[in-house]
Formats: sequence, structure tokens, C-alpha cells
Amino acid sequence: MKILFPFFAVIALVLLAVLGTAANLHFLFGVVIPYAALFIFIFGVIYRVLKWAKSPVPFCIPTTCGQQKSLPWIKQNKLENPSSTLHVIGRMALEVLTFRSLFRNIKGELRDSSKFVYGSDKWLWLGGIAFHYAFLIVLLRHIRLFAEPTPAYLYILEAFDGFLQIGIPRLFATGVVLLAAAAFLFLRRIYVPQVRYISLAADYFPLFLIMCIAATGIIMRYFFKTDIVGVKELTMGLVSFSPVIPKGVGSIFYVHLLLVSALFAYFPFSKLVHMAGVFLSPTRNMVANSREFRHVNPWNYPVKVHTYEEYEEDFREKMKMAEIPVEKE
Amino acid sequence: MAKFTAKPKDLIHIDFKNPQTGWMDTPVDIREHMYCHPSKAKDLETVGFPNIHEWKPIDENWNLPENWKETVLNGIKERLQKYRSFHVFMDICVRCGACADKCHFYLGTGDPKNMPVLRAELLRSVYRKYFTASGKILGKTAGARELTEDVLKEIWNYYYQCTECRRCSVFCPYGIDQAEITMIGRELTNLVGLQLGWIAGPVANCYMKGNHLGLEPHTIKSNIEMMLDDIETITGIRINPTFNRKGAEILFVTPSGDLFAMPGIYTAMGYLMLFHELGLDYTWSTYASEGGNFGFFSSNEMAKRLNSKIYAEAKRLGVKWVLGGECGHMWRVLHQYMDTWNGPADFLEVPRSPITGTVFDNAKSTKMTHISEFTADLIKHGKLKFDKSRNDHLKVTYHDSCNTARGMGMFEEPRYIIKNVCNHFYDMPENTIREKTFCCGSGTGLNASENMELRMRGGLPRANAVKYVHEQHGVNMLANICAIDRATLSASMDYWVPGVGVAGISELVGNALIMKGEKERTADLRGETLPGKEGAE
Repeated sequence: MKILFPFFAVIALVLLAVLGTAANLHFLFGVVIPYAALFIFIFGVIYRVLKWAKSPVPFCIPTTCGQQKSLPWIKQNKLENPSSTLHVIGRMALEVLTFRSLFRNIKGELRDSSKFVYGSDKWLWLGGIAFHYAFLIVLLRHIRLFAEPTPAYLYILEAFDGFLQIGIPRLFATGVVLLAAAAFLFLRRIYVPQVRYISLAADYFPLFLIMCIAATGIIMRYFFKTDIVGVKELTMGLVSFSPVIPKGVGSIFYVHLLLVSALFAYFPFSKLVHMAGVFLSPTRNMVANSREFRHVNPWNYPVKVHTYEEYEEDFREKMKMAEIPVEKE
Repeated sequence: MAKFTAKPKDLIHIDFKNPQTGWMDTPVDIREHMYCHPSKAKDLETVGFPNIHEWKPIDENWNLPENWKETVLNGIKERLQKYRSFHVFMDICVRCGACADKCHFYLGTGDPKNMPVLRAELLRSVYRKYFTASGKILGKTAGARELTEDVLKEIWNYYYQCTECRRCSVFCPYGIDQAEITMIGRELTNLVGLQLGWIAGPVANCYMKGNHLGLEPHTIKSNIEMMLDDIETITGIRINPTFNRKGAEILFVTPSGDLFAMPGIYTAMGYLMLFHELGLDYTWSTYASEGGNFGFFSSNEMAKRLNSKIYAEAKRLGVKWVLGGECGHMWRVLHQYMDTWNGPADFLEVPRSPITGTVFDNAKSTKMTHISEFTADLIKHGKLKFDKSRNDHLKVTYHDSCNTARGMGMFEEPRYIIKNVCNHFYDMPENTIREKTFCCGSGTGLNASENMELRMRGGLPRANAVKYVHEQHGVNMLANICAIDRATLSASMDYWVPGVGVAGISELVGNALIMKGEKERTADLRGETLPGKEGAE
């Protein structure tokens, strides 16, 4: 159920696009839905971030993963235990750009019911980083569809991405990597018992969606070639706010477009907001200098305490007997 | 309750197979030896906790207050607005599973609900149901579920099978910290009167008497005097510390566990000897006689109420700065919370070692320095003389306490001290120390006796790593800087790795410290005869 429901949801989206184009609803699927999805994406993410930001950070709670700054002759680990904003920028950059914490991953196993062994386990890191960077480059490559003339850096990007020099059109590695990495993440969810046990429909849905997006993209580029001139006409129309529906663009393109729209619209309401959330995670983005500089809690309020005077009232005689100094004799 | 009798060789057969049913459809199994007894009403009354009522974890009916559900949901709502951590952590988990096998309770029990991700999902599912659009509409498909009594029981059970050690947050790609979620989950259970006796008792004691153990002022003094007798027997030197003395330069605060039971008292003896040898102008306080903070295991507010005594006492006595003893969660609190709660301590001065002149700039605002920072600085400046051979009967390894590791980052200072006072030091395997250290298994107020199976299971990964160095290098002493460790690792070692003792680092310092005018020592601080000195007495 957790797997089938999202699977059929994606199939339903595919069918919807096919039927929509068959019913000549090109304007709806080519213009209205993409605009709406982008709108939801942008404002949805802003809404989410603002909502998080509205909750204050009452305490300075970085998770320290390295030596603190203490005595001058002890080497501080500035990236894992940052004591300045610059260090935090470094820590966050490592986290966001290289998935530092995931790179640390180790697998713990009980062997022979007698000893635990811990080994390096970088597969998740590898799958994750391949997935995210491939996705990023694929996205950047799509800028070609929204800019005229094509910016120069895209030629460079494409030259790298197409370094394998296979066939015509040249094979872009990232498209294949994206599909493969998403498939790996999916298989991992199914085959690793613990991960399968914790997985929700909401974990499979975006994977199916992205696999389908990558697959339709690959099909359009290498197999059933879509009318790229027509597509660019449409995309340029979208970006210049004068939408046009070109003739001759096949339904597979509309499938691709609807799935992308679904992903964009789904993004702010799902776990995919981790993209924005990671920047707001207090255990990573705070300076670990809470003894050096006072962190202020905006909702700190006075509390009832048991004062020394009350304490002495309770124990004065005993304190005097034990020759412990008291305030009132 | 039947006594816990399971043998280590049986307990270590851990089944990591998941149940056939999904986790939402697998009812919670609250069982003996895995949970702590509920609190006594009088302890909760002392500190004014709400919804005090009679209940037992194994009973079907927990006698929850009538509006319990509303109370819990309002509690969640309030905390979402107060803590960005909680709010973000409820939203961004992708269930990648990187945290799963990082939890000592998961490794020790094989129960999937002890995977940090699933422990969080227990509460996250409720959050989705009542606070997100997708959860409201799609329900279970979106991972949402109703808050029922069974769900509350499940949250209670597993949030008291988490020691807030933060190991999961080291490995999480977004830094999601289950400790943060557990703290909030525990606050929710407290709102409806589901506090543990082992937490509420120390909290009430600490509130009224100044320390968790409920030691009254004259008892603190007499306990320390007994230690002084022992020190005199061992060294021939009589030490005269002061209590609640106004005008002292330094206020010394340590967990009360150091004043009461073995092996903590040996650590306290180490402090006393060190300070005497330095001629330090310091005082103990009977009012602020607790560095630890069991309030931290029940609610933010309670923690602040208990913590307030340290600055209040420093102000009353007119000291210049505060020195803190060896304790784990105490230092999480002092390092990341105290100044925010009860500061600014602008009536104090930046800590400066009167012996070396070192100014502890890293504690510029809180004005509180850790004994290991203080001692390491003394050693570096050559201010202490040691006879390391007095620790030659010990082959030492070092356990990084969760809190000083992941809530502070104190890794080198303790190791530097140990290497200077001991000849035989062996670190445990690298994936089990420093930021990857394992919890003792009994932190956050779970160090009771009725939950011994839970403790031994949770302590297994740590003990297993000790066993490794015990077998490889003959390690027989597990050093640490945490009072809860000293109490709980002793039990865990006896169970899993017999033959390994537990000691605070200051005890090892006390053993090796050459004091002016001391007689030739023939015994260590435990009164055990030193090797080669058998015939000396």
C-alpha cells in the first residue's frame, strides 16, 4: 500500500497528461498548470521558511562534532565545532555541498551475538550526492529552454556532461545518473529492512515522480525525439509571459511537463523542503560559543525558584551545628 | 516485580528482524525491567507539576486527566511556536535511515521503534495529523495518525528509552537531533502527569535541599569530612575545605553523586587534594550543591529553576568565578543553557587561573570553567608534579560522555590529563569515541534499578567497545568525566565486562599528584595497596 499508492498516483498523472493532450487541453497542461505549479512552489517554500523562521531559536544547541575552542594550545576543530560565523559558513557549506554528515556514516552490526563491529558505509552518501548533483545539473541544462541566445556557460556545462561522447544526440551523463541514483534510492528503500520499515508513501511518491521525469526526459531526447523547436517556443512563451501553444509537440512532452509541475507543487508540502530546512537547522547553523557570548532567548520568562533565604530557613539550626556560616544568626 | 535475572549471554542475542505488521499497527509492549516507576505525588507537588495522579505503566488505564488530549495537542502547538528546532525537525526528515543503527538503544534492543527516525515519527505522525494539511486530508497515507491513549503510551515508553545523547544528530544530514524531540516529548508527558519517580525525586530534592540526593548541609560537610579522613590516612595531609564561605575567589560546583557513593567519592577526593595542593581560594556551597540537573530531563522550565541556584549563590558569596566538576549533562546545561536562562552573570569576572594566569576566554560570558580545562592548563604550565607509577596498576581507557562530547566538544583536555597521570592509556575503537561515543545507557534519569534490562541493553554498545580494549590491552579502568557514568557504567561493566572498574579523571589525578609534605603513599585513593608497596605497611 505504501508503495502501490504513490506508484498509481504517478501513473494517474501520466494518464492524465496523455488524456489531456488527446482532449486538446494543451493550454491547460502547457501553460496553466506549469504557471500554477511554479506559483505554488515559490510561495509555498517562502511560506514554509517564514513559518519556521517565526519560531525563535531559544537556545544555542549546535551538535559539536569536533574539539571545542578552549585552551590556546589545544587545536580546535573549526569546521565541526565552529566558534565564529565564518566557521559556521564553512560547516554549512560542507554540509550542503558535500553532505558531510552523511559521509560520516558507519554501519553498526552485531556479529556472532557477541561483538559489535562498525564499518564505513558510504553507499547512501554516494547515492545521495549523485542524485542531488545530477538533478542540479539537469535543471541547469534546462535553462537552455528559457534563454535566447543560450548562455555561454551552458555550452561548457554540456561539454562536461557529454564527456562520454556517445552517439547523437550526445549522451548526457547526468540524465542517466539521475535515473540510476533515484532507482538506487528506491531499491535501497525496498531491500534494506530497516529503511523499508520506516518508509512512508510520502517517501516513495517523489522517487517515482523523479524516476518518471528522468525517464520521460531521456525518452524524449534519445528515443522518440520530441520537436525541440516547438518545445522551446512554448518555454520561451512561458518565460516571457506571452504563452503560445506550438503545434506538433507530442504528448510525452506534456507528460514530462505535468510530472515536473506535480513535483514543484508537491515540494513545499512534503519532506522535499529539507532543501530549505537544512539551512535553518539549529544543530548545524549555530556558532558553538555559548559560554563566550550569551545567547538570548526571546521568550525567557521569570520562574519560581527556591531562594537561599528559604533554604536557610529550613536548615539554619543544622547549619549552625555543623559550623556552616549563615546569614541570620 | 520479579528480579532481573537475564544472563549477559542471553541478553546479547538481539533480534533485529522487524515485526510483520507496520509500526503504526504494532501495539506498544510496555514490559517489566524496561521502564521506570511513576513518580510519587509528593515530589510533583513540591515543584508544582500539573495533573498529579495515580497510574502504573503496565495498567490498561492510566487515569489520564479528562482533557489530556487537548493538553498534549496544545502543548505541541505551543512548542512548535517556541522552538524552531522542533518545528524544523518535525518537517524535514526524509527517512533516509542514516540514524537508525546509531542509537545504543536500537543496537541493544533491536526494536525498530528505537531507531531515532522512528522514535521521532511516533510524535511526527501526531504532528502531521493535527498540524499539517496533508496529514489532515490524507491521514495514514501521509504518515499521520490520531492521538489516542495507546499512541500516548507508546510515546511515553520510547521517549523514556532515549537518553538524549545526540549520537543520531551527528549522522543526520540535516542535524535532526532526537534529544531535542525527546525533551519536548517528555515535556508533553509531564503536562499530563506522566513523570518518572527517578526523575521527580531528584528534582524535588534538588529544589528543596540543593542537590539530587537530598543531602542536607551538615551531611554534605560530614561526607566530605569522611573523605578528608581517608585522604589523611593515605597522604598524611589534613585538608580543611570551606563551605558557603563569602569572599572566596572561586565557587566550586560538582554533581552531588561525587559526595555520596563509590566510585564518585574518589573523584571528589581528587578535587579536594588538587585544590589543597594549589592553595586555591575556593569554597563549596551546600545551597548550590548540585551541578547536575534532573530538571533538564523533565522540562525546560524545571531545569532553569534548578540551575538558578548556581549564579544566585555565586552572587551571594561574592566569588569571582565558578569552577565546575566532572559531569556530563551538567556541562550540556552549563555550556548551552545556563547563561541564556539565568545570565548575564555580569557580577562575576572572566575565569582566570590564579596559578597560571591563564584567562579562560572561552567562558568569557558564563564565567564557568570545567575542571578538565582548569587541570589541563595547570599541567601544561608544569604546575603539578606527578608520580605516574601510582597509576601503574591501571590500564585506562576513556569514555567520552555524550554531553561533553556532542554538546560541548571536550575531547582533548581529558585525554591530555590522563596521559600525564597514567602510563597506560588505550583509546577504544574510533567509531565508538569522541563525537561518535556511545551513551552509558542510563542517562537522562534512566539510572533506576527497576529498568535494569533497558540499562544493560542500552549500555551494551559502550560495554562492548570496552570489552575490546579489555581483551586487546588488558584495560581494567574506564575513566570518564561524568557522575552518572561513574554510577551506571559500574553496573554495566560488572554485567558485560567484569574486571573493569570506573573512575573519574580527578581520581587518577589525585592518585598521581605529589603533594607537598605527603608521606610515602602505599595505597591509592580507594585504599588499595599500590603495586610494589605490599610490604610497606
